[in-house]
Parts: sequence; structure tokens; C-alpha cells
Amino acid sequence: MKYYDVVVIGGGPAGLASAISSFDNGSKVCLIEREARLGGILKQCIHDGFGSINFKENLSGPEYSQRYIDEFIKDEIDCLLSTYVTNIKREDKNFILSFVNKNGLDYIQCKALILATGCRERTVKQVDINGDRPSGVFSAGTAQNYVNILGEKIGKKIVILGSGDIGLIMARRLTLEGCDVVGVYEVMNHPSGLPRNIRQCLIDYNIPLHLSTTITKVFGRERVEKVEICKVDEHMNLIEDSKEIIECDTLIASVGLIPENELAESLHIEIDPKTKGPLCDKNFETSIEGIFCCGNCHHVYDLVDYVSQSGVIAGKAASEYVKGNLKKEERISINLPSKKIYDPNKLVCIMCPNGCELEFQGDEVLGNKCERGKKFALDELNNPKRSVCTYVKTTFKDRPTLSVRTSNPIDKGLIFEVMKQINKITVDKHVDVGEVLIKNVLNTEVDIIATSKI
Amino acid sequence: MNSNLINNKLEKRFGNKVSAKLNYDNHSIVVSGCLENYEDIVEACYMCVYNKDSWHVVNKIEWSGHQEKPMKVPVLEDKELDNAKPDVLIIGGGVIGCSIARELSKWDIDILLVEKEADLAMQASSRNDGEVHPGVDQSKMNLKLKYELKGNAMYEDVCKQLGVPFRRNGQYVAFKGKYLIPILKIIASQRKKLGIKDTKVINKKELYLANPNLKQGYDVGLYNPSAGTVCPYELTIAYGENAVTNGAKIALNAAVTSMDVIDGKIISVKTNRGTIYPKLVINAAGVFSDKIASMANDEFFSIHPRKGTDVILDNKKQYLTDKILSAKDLFNPDKNTKGGGILRTVDDNILIGPDAYEVFDREDYSTESKNLHAIIDKQKTAIEALDRKDAITYFSGIRAATFEEDFIIEKGRSTNNIIHVAGIQSPGLTATPAIALDVEKMAIDFLGTTKRNDRYNPIREPYKQLRKLSDEERNKLIKENPEYGEIVCRCEQISKGEIIDALSGPIMVPTIDGIKKRVRPGMGRCQGGFCSPLVSKIIADYLNCDIAAVTKKGNNSYISVGKTK
Repeated sequence: MKYYDVVVIGGGPAGLASAISSFDNGSKVCLIEREARLGGILKQCIHDGFGSINFKENLSGPEYSQRYIDEFIKDEIDCLLSTYVTNIKREDKNFILSFVNKNGLDYIQCKALILATGCRERTVKQVDINGDRPSGVFSAGTAQNYVNILGEKIGKKIVILGSGDIGLIMARRLTLEGCDVVGVYEVMNHPSGLPRNIRQCLIDYNIPLHLSTTITKVFGRERVEKVEICKVDEHMNLIEDSKEIIECDTLIASVGLIPENELAESLHIEIDPKTKGPLCDKNFETSIEGIFCCGNCHHVYDLVDYVSQSGVIAGKAASEYVKGNLKKEERISINLPSKKIYDPNKLVCIMCPNGCELEFQGDEVLGNKCERGKKFALDELNNPKRSVCTYVKTTFKDRPTLSVRTSNPIDKGLIFEVMKQINKITVDKHVDVGEVLIKNVLNTEVDIIATSKI
Repeated sequence: MNSNLINNKLEKRFGNKVSAKLNYDNHSIVVSGCLENYEDIVEACYMCVYNKDSWHVVNKIEWSGHQEKPMKVPVLEDKELDNAKPDVLIIGGGVIGCSIARELSKWDIDILLVEKEADLAMQASSRNDGEVHPGVDQSKMNLKLKYELKGNAMYEDVCKQLGVPFRRNGQYVAFKGKYLIPILKIIASQRKKLGIKDTKVINKKELYLANPNLKQGYDVGLYNPSAGTVCPYELTIAYGENAVTNGAKIALNAAVTSMDVIDGKIISVKTNRGTIYPKLVINAAGVFSDKIASMANDEFFSIHPRKGTDVILDNKKQYLTDKILSAKDLFNPDKNTKGGGILRTVDDNILIGPDAYEVFDREDYSTESKNLHAIIDKQKTAIEALDRKDAITYFSGIRAATFEEDFIIEKGRSTNNIIHVAGIQSPGLTATPAIALDVEKMAIDFLGTTKRNDRYNPIREPYKQLRKLSDEERNKLIKENPEYGEIVCRCEQISKGEIIDALSGPIMVPTIDGIKKRVRPGMGRCQGGFCSPLVSKIIADYLNCDIAAVTKKGNNSYISVGKTK
């Protein structure tokens, strides 16, 4: 049986960062990933907005994860892809993991274990949506996979429940891909996604956001035909006579994320009922000595940059544990940060996740924390610009799409014209991240570049 | 039997809005008229029930302002079945139709089963709690009890042959008040007289020993060790697959739309897939069995649909019970939740429900928020830890009840070459193995067949479930077929190889739900959130078609409208 100091389960941003961090601290590391490609959920997050803290750049999900993948590969860290951990047991001071992949069922032994299994979406069934069970009801992440990874148009007329960031991002994505997004319905009296996503995903495309409104029923025996919406009062009770029917063929639910901790639970690790993730100390060590956790399986983070940072800490701590240098600290319950309440009358900067609320006083810009905010406000006044993130089709059977974006923001008015140009391309050869697919698109002096590898 | 008596009763209650007529040719009590409330229609028909000499109520009362929705038929139109001349045509691919097909496949005859949906077990047979009842739901000897007791006793053997998991978990009903013990003992002895021999009155200690999570405060229990659980759609599919391997033919997406009947004999049966000329028709059409009877000029009963909802909890909560458990108040029975309880399914989820209420629409499987909450609240009286938050899914089913509340298993009354197997609602699943044997006999008698089918093999090979194998066995299978090592559904640990197995099974149903019912991807807590794109791609690759051609459950239940670009 192969022995490693540290085994990391999960090859998304948390797992990659922790594996690299453990390796940098001198440990012999192996990473296990259940999918065929590293990158985790970022593979399908082809929109931008990643990396503003860790790289001071505005990257798409695949570009962000590629930075870590490149380092991971450069370090020649061992890795098992398309591999699924079926069981973990403790033997003396070590852990023995059973896993399956195409080669069979095998075991691996390690001293420290890092769980980086991410999170999953709450489903439509978990919120009180009743009625029929037709096709055309997707959680936002599932819709994102169908569209961004498989290149499928999941419907024509779309209603979105929940104003979580993935729901907002999908509203824009589907609009860019030619769908009609009828509206976003949010049961709370304030949106739950980041203010900048309200701005650049909804307001930019005139997609209405209906607050204090929820979807109560789905109609359609085969495919979704319509949904029933209903307003709620300040106590979240349904206002029965406000019920209304909206025609659509697709319902996307963006109703929250839950840390995925089935492995942790099978080991009887103590779970924080508030975050649904393991209760950890400041080194991300769980209630079981030698088991660490990081990223969204610890608690659902707002930003991937923080996910990677948690991986770095957990990876280093796991190495220290292996060396016998780690001190057990008190385990602490995380206080989830309170959401910034969005004011629709303010101009929100979209340059980074801070989402500064900007104001003009004469020609002067107020409220910005950095220079980028000032430039954004002035651009927004005179000549608003946006980045376009989408994908192009390919001839590769198992990779029908390749994510791309504009190398710099373009005039907002040109978005759909640029989309038309992008939609004409088919990739039929291997492409690297950053490779130019269209030079100087529509004479904007902006290029269309690949954001992932194929 | 006196129609004046019935009509007097009806007049007293509904004025001259409804009246009953007796048809002595087929012993039916035809109730007609027009009423404003659907509940009143059901009530009026119940008032006409005469439980002797095989009289049945036929409901012809109109619901003012409402029209019955036509049966949902497939969009498909072809000639696949045109001119087929089977010895037996079975209408309906539920557990009844499939089990009859399987028992008949012992004989050297041509069997054709038509099902209007894209898969077997799409209606009541997949939409129930899977309990194999001990018989305690019946208070008198009738067809239900006769077949229920016989069927219950057959379950081990049938499930073993068909490769379907079955557990005799035992059913516990908890009561408050020690003073009930003598009453419960009387109930147990009354049951014994009816043939339900396994009822035991158990004390508090025994009750809590078997049910440690039962809410505190109960004093005594009734225990029936013969109660069990089975996965109802798995059993249906297994029966169907075994029938097909033995030579029966099953046509999906095939709906019966009319019949040509001359001189009390069905000459032909029209479907959207062509006209069939059977010697014998078996009506196993569930909620539409009265419509089929009417097409056959043999309408002597009516179905009144009764809906029920079940809730399924995350398998993390399986520890709550490994039994079939409920709590009852003897003196205040809740008529909308007759029965109902908590059980652990053979797939180790906790299932709660069902409730029961009359509905007009026979195919409206929608769920209502208020029912869902009411079911959980009610069952919390037995296990307090039940929590809405643990519900991963919920669904409704519609029971095909007759007004007599008994099964109908008999030859046509006005038409000679039809056998009706109708009104099969709870405990229909329990009764199924026994019903199928009797219908087999009736059909073989009718056809006069004596020759056995040489190909008949009662054993069905179940689909492989790698997660349940030992490490060694699992490793060996993956070495033989590496696709068994590619996990597609992370919640239920289902591999690509298992999905391909389902696609290449005896009855191919290349839909997301078809695969899910056979090998379980998407049955777990994420409800297909992660695996449904992968499963649709595997189906599309297997069929060499676009994902846009893959559906959730056939017909128009598409997943994608095409490529975006």
C-alpha cells in the first residue's frame, strides 16, 4: 500500500492550494479528485471576478484554477484523477483510504488527511416548491454545467428563483446564449448575491428582480409550462391573493449551498450546525486529530480567493502535524459575515467583490476604495464597458465547449455584436489559456482569448 | 336490491339532482345527475354501494362546470404493433400487468403488454410506500384480504426469483393508555378469525426495545412481524424484465384509444402504434381500468381516484427506524391519513406517509405544500426527530379505488374475452403475486393452452450494485469492465458501467428517470444536481444522439432545446 504524509480529497481551488502548501512544507502529498479534470466547480464558472485578492487580477474561474493547476503540475505532486474515495478508516496513527477508479479498487495510507470536497446546492425540493415534477427544473449549478460544459440550451423562457450569485450569473449567461430570462424572484426583501452581480448581471440586461416574492408551484406534466409566484409579507408568510402565473419553460433555483461533508460525517467528525461544516480550530483541524478541512466543505465562502487561502493554512498545518509540530488549538464556530444590503439607487462598482457604492459630487467620485473604482465610475458615466465571458464550440467529443473572454472590457453596447462573432468560431485543435482566438474583435482593439486549455 | 331505497336516500340528501338506475344485465348501479361539489359526487356514489351479489356502482354524475381531462396519450404515432395477433393483450405496465405477463410467460402463448408511458411503473406502481402489508387494514373477508394474505406469504420466494430486495421489517403501531390492552387483545383475536394470525399485543418495554426512537409516552403496541418492505417500481420492472426474457413482448409509449367489439367479443384494439387483434384482453389499466371496461362495452364499475403523498428523507436519517412504525389514537382516527406511517425503505431511506384524499383528475400527480407539512407533523407523533429539512424529495400517487373499496378480479360481464383486474389499490402491491397466479389460471383456462414455454426461467438477474459488494468483488468487476470504476452519481456511488447496464437491460428505457429507477443515479441527497448532466451525456452517447433528444421521462419532457451555438 502506498504511503503519503498528506492525502487531499478534492481537486478544486481548496484542494489544489492545500496540496501545494503541504508540498511546499516538505510533505509527500497525493491529491484525489473524482472528476477527470482538476479545477472543481471553477471549470464551469466561466464568468470573471476571480482572483482580485490573490492575484490582483480579474480572472475567469478556469483561468484562476489554471494558475494553481500549473503550479501543482510543476511541483509534480502525485494525483489520482477520476478517482472516488469509498471509505476511510483509522489504523493506529494512520488513515487508510479505499478508492475506486478505472484500474480497480485500491488503498492508500496517510498520516494526515485534508478534506476539500466543496459544497453542493440546495435543491428545489428543499424549499417549499410543490406542484408537478416536469423536466426543465434545474438548480443553478446544474444549469451552469449543461450550458457552460456541455453547450446545451436548456430552455427558451427562463424564470430564476433566488438571487444567489450563481443564479444572477446564470441570468446573464443564459441571456448571452440567447434565452429570454423573464425575471429573478427572491423571497427575502433584499438580494442575496453580491451587489456588483445585481448590477452587471441583471440591471445591464434589464432583467427584473422581484423581492419578497417566491415561487410556490410548478405546472407542467412533461416540461415546465408555467410557475406560480406569490408575494410574502415581512414575516415571510405568503400573501395568498398576490398569486400570479408566469409562463416559462424553465425554472432555475439558486437557493443556497451546503458544505458537502458525507465523508466527514462517516468519520463522526463534529459538525457545526450553523455552517454545516466541521468545527475546526484556526489551523482547520477537525475534531479528529490528523483530519483537516478547507474551502467550501468547511463553510460556504463568498470568494474563491478566501477558499484558496484556507487551503494554504490547512495544507501547512497538515504538514506540521505530520512532523509532530502542530499544537491543538481551541475549535471555534465561524461567524458567517453579514451580507451587504444592496441599495438599487447607488452606483455599485463591479471591478472587484468589494462592490463599493459610488457617488458623484460634481466631477469627483466618492465612495471608492481604490483607483479602479474611480475609473469605473467615470466610464460608467461616459462610456460604460463590460467584459464578455462565454465559450466557443469545439469538435472534441468529450469537451464540446472551450471557455473564452474578452481580453479587456468592451463598450457595453457591443456585447451582443461581439457574442455573434464569438459564436461563429469552432475550435478544432489544442488551445492554451490566454491564446487569442479572435484578434481585435470588431475593431475594438480587444481580443477574444481562451480561458481554459483544451 | 331495491332502487327505490337508494333513490330515496339520494333524494333526501341531494334532492332530485341525482338518481340511481339498476342494470340487472351486469349488476351495476348507475348513478347519474349533476352536482356542484366533487366531494358530493363521491358521497352520492358511496351511498349507492350494495355489497352483495357483486353489485358495483358506476359513476355517471357530472360535476357542474368541470370536464374530465382526457387520458394523457403519447405523442408517438407509428405502426409498430399494427396487425399484431397476440393470444393475450395486457393493458397497463404497472405491477399488476407486469406480474401477470410474467406468470403467463410460463406458457407457450404470445403475450403483448402495452403501456402508455415511456416506462413501466410510471403511475401507482412507483408512487406508493412499498409496504407489504400484514392484512390488518381489512376488517372483513373480501378479495383484498384473501389476496393480501396469500400475496404477503409469497414475497420471499418471488423477490428471490426476481432478484429484488425484500425485508420483513415488521409493523408496529403504538398506543397511549395501558387500559387499551384488553381492547387490543380483542382486536388481535378478531383478526385471527379473519386469518391474520401474526398480530401480537406487546408491552411498553418490547415496544421501545424495537423502536428506540419512538416518542415517549406510549404504553402498548400492536406488532405484526409479517409486514415488510419492497421497492415497488423495482419489483414491477423485475416482473417486466423477467417476462420479456421469457419471450413476452412489452410495448412502451402505446396507449389504447378504442376497441371494436362485436357480439360480446373484442375483435380489435386500437392504439397509437397500430391496431391489435388479441384473443384475450387483460385490463390492468389502473386508474383508467373503468375507461378500458367502457371501451370493451363492459362498464360495470367506476374508479374514483384517491391521492396520497409520500415524503422521503436523506438516508443519513435511516437510523430513525428500521421498522414500519406509526402511532394511533383508537378513538380519533384521522380519516385523511388512514394508515400512513414511517418506514425504512429497502434502499435505506426513511419514507413518511401517505395521506389520502379524493381527487377528480386521474393523472394529476402534483404535490401541495400543506399536505407535505401535515404528513410530517402527523408522523412526528411517532418519531419526534422527523424534520422537513431532511426531506430530499416528495411525490404523490393516485389510488385506483372502486366505490366498493375492493378488488375486481373477474371475467367480463357483457364481453366474453376480457379479464378485469381493477380497483387494485392498497394493499394491491402486497396482493400482486397472488393475483397474478389466479389471473394466469383464468387466462389459460380461457385460451385452453396446455403447452408450457420451454424458455421459461423464473430467475431474473438483478442489476449489479457495486457499492454493496466487498472490496475484492468490486475490484474484480472493475478489472473486467473499467467503466464500473467511473463514479457518476456521487451520492449513491453509481458508476458509468452500472448506467450502461441499465441501458442495455431487457427493456431499454433511455430516459433520466428510467435509468434512475433501475440503478439509482440521482436518487440521493443532491437529487441529480451533479450527475444529471453526466447521465444525459451517457444516454446521448449510447444512443448516438444529441442531448436534446434525451428526455426526463419520455414524450415532451426534454432537457435541452439544442446546442446554444
